[in-house]
Amino acid sequence: MDALLSVEDFTMHYRTKAGWVQAVDGVSFALKRGQALGLVGESGCGKTSVAMSIMRLLPYNAEIKHGRITLGGRDVYAMASEEFRQVRWKEISMIFQAAMNALNPVYTVGSQIVEAIVEHEPETTEEQARRRVAELFDLVGIPADRADHYPHEYSGGMKQRAVIAMALACNPSLIIADEPTTALDVIVQDKILREMEEIRRRINMSMIYISHDISVIAEVSDIVGVMYAGKLMEIGEADDVFKRPRHPYTYGLMHAYPSILGAKRDLATIPGEPPNLMAPPAGCRFNPRCDRATDECRAVEPKLIKAGPEHRIACHNPVWTPSSGGERVGAAR
Amino acid sequence: MALPDSRLDRDTGDTIVSVKNLKKYYPVGRGLFRRQHALLHAVDDISFEVARGEVLGLVGESGCGKTTTGRMLVRLTNPTSGSIIVDQTDVSSISGADMGPFRQKVQMIFQDPYESLDPRMTIFDIVSEPLNVNHIGNLEQREERVAEMLTRVGLAPPATFMFRFPHELSGGQRQRVAIARALVVNPTFVVADEPTSMLDVSIRTGVMKLLTELREDFGISYLYITHDLAVARYLCDRIAVMYLGKIVEIAGSEEVIRNPLHPYARALISAVPVPDPAIARPVPNVRGGVSKPINPHPRCRFYERCPVAQKVCQDSDHPELREVEGNHFAACHLL
Repeated sequence: MDALLSVEDFTMHYRTKAGWVQAVDGVSFALKRGQALGLVGESGCGKTSVAMSIMRLLPYNAEIKHGRITLGGRDVYAMASEEFRQVRWKEISMIFQAAMNALNPVYTVGSQIVEAIVEHEPETTEEQARRRVAELFDLVGIPADRADHYPHEYSGGMKQRAVIAMALACNPSLIIADEPTTALDVIVQDKILREMEEIRRRINMSMIYISHDISVIAEVSDIVGVMYAGKLMEIGEADDVFKRPRHPYTYGLMHAYPSILGAKRDLATIPGEPPNLMAPPAGCRFNPRCDRATDECRAVEPKLIKAGPEHRIACHNPVWTPSSGGERVGAAR
Repeated sequence: MALPDSRLDRDTGDTIVSVKNLKKYYPVGRGLFRRQHALLHAVDDISFEVARGEVLGLVGESGCGKTTTGRMLVRLTNPTSGSIIVDQTDVSSISGADMGPFRQKVQMIFQDPYESLDPRMTIFDIVSEPLNVNHIGNLEQREERVAEMLTRVGLAPPATFMFRFPHELSGGQRQRVAIARALVVNPTFVVADEPTSMLDVSIRTGVMKLLTELREDFGISYLYITHDLAVARYLCDRIAVMYLGKIVEIAGSEEVIRNPLHPYARALISAVPVPDPAIARPVPNVRGGVSKPINPHPRCRFYERCPVAQKVCQDSDHPELREVEGNHFAACHLL
């Protein structure tokens, strides 16, 4: 099956007064139609930069060093900007971080979505757009009469739903959701994630979820990518990555996370702090914090290599190695 | 890390914090000259105790009154009514001169280390300020004490941190500075308001472990305010669940997580995402969304959203907390 989105060896740095910030470095992944990818990592690991690169919404000081991003076979950065403007929102849209504050307080919520639709589909009349908004509100669970209300009359969860409705407005085939539920309480978060997943399945849309919370990623993703210091460290099917994390960082992250399930186990700490991306460590960027680091790790930067049918890792000394018989021997429990 | 499970039994009988019928109402209303204000019942008649050496977790969604409760315990907010006794001191009756000694016994750690540290003060100034204010020691002794505290919270060697400014430190390091500042006066009781929620996971575990160690080393009791039940499970001996200004359930933390009794606690716990894609969580059983407790109806606060509400819940007042099982309290007519 053809990839809807493909990111190949993508490297993007930010120019600052103090030097180059190596925000995204050699990131590669592909996403099929209908799939949900979860990108997880801590603040500053480059996950939002990847999203902005795909949306072609990078700030002026960003420079693409190499690599390419294709959407439905078309190179995102080879398109004229007017051409991409048509792609953005219609084929690919984004739910921004803290999106609930992204609504304009002086316009009604409905009129803001109508504006987005008419802007991108000039053939649509306002009347048609208004009817579409009613359908969208129904889809995300907001009573239709609320379209005429202002953002301040909405609760946090409803604003988030409205922003999701806006992202869905032009029937995109891919939505990037950057921390879509981070500011919300768990019960609301649960509802919204369930609704988003239901919509995604119903209209066979692709999704990229970005979150710092591995529990959220575990629940909504088919594929999980773990980022650290601008690098994709591990990517694979969610079941694989969560049952058999191979990269020491993924392993550490999972064991540092408290859970309300199962026996209460000791939490692991990852010593140290993420590196300064202006001068990342030589070799593997995780090596100063890694208890499995070898001389090779300190000298040679690991490439993403195959660790299973749909599982790739960037590590010289992975945590779990398949026993001699071949791939996917019983889980290492 | 020692897992705090049964510490409560060891310390029974010795209570450090005792809260009775605590209330905080805020007037809300339109217009400057309107006489009749509506009242927002931020904290509405709650009672609980914290044993010496215990960590009590206060959990709930935003707006449930957990931070207001914490602030009243350290007297940053004055209660509308009710009594708070912390380490034999009646918190509501403290006035000017007694505030100093009180602040030495009781400290607070705030949520956001980017906002709680003065950007123009050095780390030494920040951590030594409580000593200055309370006239403890001379400069040399203060320096020694600050160095000792910085080392203790993992900012070693202290000399490399003392004369730096907050903006030179990472989030995790700043929160460690905030902890050092709170503990420098040797408090017996600390209110920690979401101290790890702004930190990344790999940093957060370290701070959580630090709080546990400090409690063991210095015998500090905590009120740990958080919205994250998984974190509360790890750090707290007991958990109190708040909903719209009321405590609806309170019990040992494993007990609350594994055997929640109140319908709200059940919904809240089933909504917590789990880091395992193989597990399908049940849909949390709750209706509608959170409202604000402005002039609330006297009946059960959870009535409108409760999936199992009966006629008795509609007709009676908000239920009292009652011991449903051994040491497991819940406020529900149907239990």
